[in-house]
Amino acid sequence: MRKNLNVIAAYSIMMALIILVGIFQSWNIALSIFNLCLISAVMTMGANIQWGYAGLINFGIMGYTALGGLAAVLISVDPVQEAWSAGGFDIMMSLWLIIAMVLIIRFILKRFNKSKIRTYSIAVIIISGILLIRFSAEPGIEAIEAVNPAKTGFLGGFGLPIIFSWIVGAFFAGGLAFIVGKVALGLRADYLAIATLLISEIVIAIIKHEDWLTRGVKNVIGLKRPAPYEVDLQSTDWFINLIEKFNSGKLELISNLSDRQLELNQLVIEGSSIFVKLCYSGLFLTVVIILLILTQKALYSPWGRMMRAIRDNEEAANAMGKNVVKQHLLIFILGSAIVGIAGAMLVTQDGLFTPGSYRPMRYTFLIWVMVIVGGSGNNFGAILGGFAVWFLWIEAAPIALFLINFFTAGMSETHALKLHLIESVPYFRFLMMGLGLLLIMRYRPKGILPEKIEIK
Amino acid sequence: MDFFNALILLLNYIFIPALTYGSQLALGAIFVTLIYGILRFANFATGDMMSFGTMVTILFTWYFQSLGISLGVLPTALLAIPFGIFFMILYMLSIDKFVFKYYRINKSPPVQLAMVSIGVMFVTQAVVRIIIGPSDQRFFDGEKFIIKAREFKETTGFNEGLALKSTQVITVLVTIILVSLLFWFLNKTKTGKSMKAYSDNEDLALLSGIDPKKIVMITWIIAGILATIGGALYGLDKSFKPFTYFNNMLPIFAAAIVGGIGNPFGAFLGGYVIAFSEIFLTYAYKKFFMYILPESMEPESLLQLLSTDYKFAVSFSILVIVLLYRPSGIFKGKVL
Repeated sequence: MRKNLNVIAAYSIMMALIILVGIFQSWNIALSIFNLCLISAVMTMGANIQWGYAGLINFGIMGYTALGGLAAVLISVDPVQEAWSAGGFDIMMSLWLIIAMVLIIRFILKRFNKSKIRTYSIAVIIISGILLIRFSAEPGIEAIEAVNPAKTGFLGGFGLPIIFSWIVGAFFAGGLAFIVGKVALGLRADYLAIATLLISEIVIAIIKHEDWLTRGVKNVIGLKRPAPYEVDLQSTDWFINLIEKFNSGKLELISNLSDRQLELNQLVIEGSSIFVKLCYSGLFLTVVIILLILTQKALYSPWGRMMRAIRDNEEAANAMGKNVVKQHLLIFILGSAIVGIAGAMLVTQDGLFTPGSYRPMRYTFLIWVMVIVGGSGNNFGAILGGFAVWFLWIEAAPIALFLINFFTAGMSETHALKLHLIESVPYFRFLMMGLGLLLIMRYRPKGILPEKIEIK
Repeated sequence: MDFFNALILLLNYIFIPALTYGSQLALGAIFVTLIYGILRFANFATGDMMSFGTMVTILFTWYFQSLGISLGVLPTALLAIPFGIFFMILYMLSIDKFVFKYYRINKSPPVQLAMVSIGVMFVTQAVVRIIIGPSDQRFFDGEKFIIKAREFKETTGFNEGLALKSTQVITVLVTIILVSLLFWFLNKTKTGKSMKAYSDNEDLALLSGIDPKKIVMITWIIAGILATIGGALYGLDKSFKPFTYFNNMLPIFAAAIVGGIGNPFGAFLGGYVIAFSEIFLTYAYKKFFMYILPESMEPESLLQLLSTDYKFAVSFSILVIVLLYRPSGIFKGKVL
């Protein structure tokens, strides 16, 4: 108990802050912050596995998040039959071509020894393959995108419950991580960072512009939900009764019957959105707890010890007979898969998929700030980082507004500087993030909750 | 005749834009490579530092414009650039003093410095957005075109017009002057040589009496000059938007690594490699082939290798390929 006092204290403060938001702003805001905190926590756990356990730097978090989101779309949207009949054949043919290309390259790699001719022939195969696929798929893609472009214009998905996409998203992200890992993991740390950052940009470019698959920047809206809809709840009897029972004290005070009914309606509308958010919180919390248990178990298992050994001294671990390359690839895939789950969760919560919104600031660098601030190598620290940084990211604007008003109290209301500052309140969050990161790295380089290895 | 038309087409839509864009990338790439070679970290704040320098330049341009000072046909911004450079260097040196110095003295691993530069990136981004706002700013004035497309058509009688913007000429000229000055400085002067020595082998350089503080300061000064000029030229040619500058960091990194990181000449050429391949691969060649092929063979499709949406993806793919097959870059830089 005593050992973990700082963990408990940190989490209690965090919870108290969220509850304060609930009391002073509204429970709706507090819950939406809480939900996004949970999603951020999943992302930071993924990044923490890579960086904290193994010392691998992955600046491609945005790409894996987007792939998770893509999984949510492909799983939950109903298939568009017209589009399949219009261009499905061409797309399937291209898919076979890609598979054939990969198999041929694999064959060449296995069959022939490394030489210049081999390298060039692979390059020729890839380039001609891409050209072939491009020209053969073109009519199919155009046909698909022409099918009711305002509403669909893409192939659609499988029409399954969206919850499945959390697992599929993990597989998508893991698959990408396998390719990236094979390509880039041999690079030195800062090159790996740049390479992963650029690869994630390529992924986003593809998701943004392949309209037949993702609708691109036209966005996919109205995804199915795992939670009930507010409108349905508002007309359900048991829910109205629940709200009535919950607020009976408050309702008793109103003597006028019609006023009471109005008040009840208002409460039901508010309550329904809170109830939906609570459903999401429950689902997300389950994921976070399952992942936390798994990652903690892994951290203290022989495998976790091996990972730390590899992180701290690759040569020594190699000399002890550990396969560093294989373990790096494995952990890269695992961490990315967790980020993929978070991506799918995010799209599930929003109910829409907007490829244009994936930007490295929000989905890569902010997650890294969370990991560094929270404490890399410590799962509780990473989760706390996700909570604290996301909380600050959201509440930065009100805090900045308060500070500006406080410091410019002496100025008149129409002073140009004051107006300008108030106008640029949204950008103070970048300032706070940057200063927070710099201060933590300088004075507490191991994060708020540093890595702590207990030998049992 | 048709042959010349085709040539002018390529000149107008590929060669001139790529040369301009490449020059802008090259300046940024030399900035990245110098920081990497001498201070030994990947500076993720590159794009935002460039936007800071450009922002100061814009503010001074506006000030001069309000005073009624102008350079006639040339953009007023050229007059404001020295002030931009001054404040940029001041900003960089103070950041170095308060942030990077601590890690350099402690000999932290490069990854940690890269993380710190992310913090600097956040702060710089905030400063720029708070001062000038996130929206598009245009600050170009003076004569816009040296050769106008219509006038060119009328005077020469070709079907294809050739447009030459004054910003494009200024960009290329300034880049050539700046880069030749820089290479003269690095290769011929004593300070430049000591910088190279420091980059090659720090301990040996210290033993031979090179003052590391001076080297670091001069590096930041050169970096400030490059960042401001590169950023201001980009802003003059296109427009200034903080988010675009942040995004430009990615092709700049690609250019620096493709050229061989730590090697300024490689970075300079890397900028052009990236720019030309981006534009070559995403240009629709339909019209070009319409001119050079006989009418019976005219192409039907656009003949575009990749859609323009994948412009960035092209440069990143080049980078990935280079990293795979020649990790030290086209011109040998630091080995990974």
